[in-house]
Amino acid sequence: MADTFTLEVVTPARQVVREAVNEAQIPVRGGYIGVLPGHTPLLAEMGTGELTYRVGNRELSCTAIGGFVEVLADRVIVLADAAELASEIDVPRARAALERAQKRFANPSDPNVDWNRAQAALERAQVRLQVAAKAGTSSANAAVTASGHS
Amino acid sequence: MPTLLDFRRRIRSVKNTQQITRAMKFIAAARLRRAQETAVSLRPYASGIREVLASAMSRIENPEQFPALASRPEERILVVVASGERGLCGAFNANVLRRAFEFLRDHGDKKLEVITIAKKSRDAFRKRPWKIVGEYVDITTKADLGKAGEIAGEVMKRYEAGEADSVYLIYNEFKNVMAQTLRVEKLLPLDRAALVESEKHDKNAPPSSTADAVDYIYEQPAAEIFNKLVPRYVEMQIFRMLAETSAAEHAARMTAMESATSNASDVIDALTLHMNKVRQAAITREIIEVVSGAASAG
Repeated sequence: MADTFTLEVVTPARQVVREAVNEAQIPVRGGYIGVLPGHTPLLAEMGTGELTYRVGNRELSCTAIGGFVEVLADRVIVLADAAELASEIDVPRARAALERAQKRFANPSDPNVDWNRAQAALERAQVRLQVAAKAGTSSANAAVTASGHS
Repeated sequence: MPTLLDFRRRIRSVKNTQQITRAMKFIAAARLRRAQETAVSLRPYASGIREVLASAMSRIENPEQFPALASRPEERILVVVASGERGLCGAFNANVLRRAFEFLRDHGDKKLEVITIAKKSRDAFRKRPWKIVGEYVDITTKADLGKAGEIAGEVMKRYEAGEADSVYLIYNEFKNVMAQTLRVEKLLPLDRAALVESEKHDKNAPPSSTADAVDYIYEQPAAEIFNKLVPRYVEMQIFRMLAETSAAEHAARMTAMESATSNASDVIDALTLHMNKVRQAAITREIIEVVSGAASAG
């Protein structure tokens, strides 16, 4: 058995990742699954989270938001609604989104808020900041710490 | 006999027209580039979702319980016709509309309903006897996923409510800048053979290992995933139709304006030649007048 498989992350707008990888951690709806080459075929709905994958000794990650994933023995296709590499994340925008979402949760009796949407927005912003922080953007680091205190 | 001034006026008017057609050509070229990018960058996702859907379908145990798979007798047909938004693009709109009318006449014994995409198709169908159940305009200039979702929602609703037994898409596919291909595609009910077939035609498609019938592990019930996958697929197909139409329309307009510009050049050349002949004739006549006047005076 080959020790790599092809990881493809595609969104309607473009192809984000297409690489031979050794290992991947994929955020599905119920949590994370780890995939190694030769994994049993699997079909699942994606959650919102950080998709990490290993190429040789390099650990890489990107965000993955919604969609579906199909795992085959030699190939993993992630059909995400949105996905971006760490370097592509707009940190100030994600931070603004996080603040907006947190403000909504600060007032839990507000009847005008669509809580599912607010929750999804909060998760998206957190994941983006988390991935950006891991990639070493210092401003993003600050943002995550700040949000941890609030 | 037109005078020199008449020729000058006509040349100026043709030149103005030429400037407009040239500008339109450049605009179409710029829009084409963007539309083409959208259409091309969509392909990995579109072929991915087709593949996932095809392999999910082959693993579903009781297909008849899913409306998207059950083929009912084809009594009521919903046809989605996508034309261009504006004219001045050669036979682009005429071709797709002619094909749509042909299709509708061929199925004249069924109950037919039409959803029109873009202005030209709406205007054409308003004058026809077929029942229009949806109109979408200002949509193909730039393909938009949100709008595609809206249309897909409407299509799915009608299909699931049993108001349509099958759904067809009729549109222009972008082949290259010079040519468009007319497509008539069956969107629903889903047909696994057709999914696999179109996958093979897609040159972008990587070799697939879905053929072996290994059992899937499902993180969630298969039906639940399938029921979410189908609307997404329909949405993508409609988005693809919009993106292809958009690219094809801009390409058709670019080609049409290109030939209009070169025709204008030909007309200008011909007119200039005539004008010079008339000018020369006038000069000659004046010389003769002067010479004969001098001769008679002398």
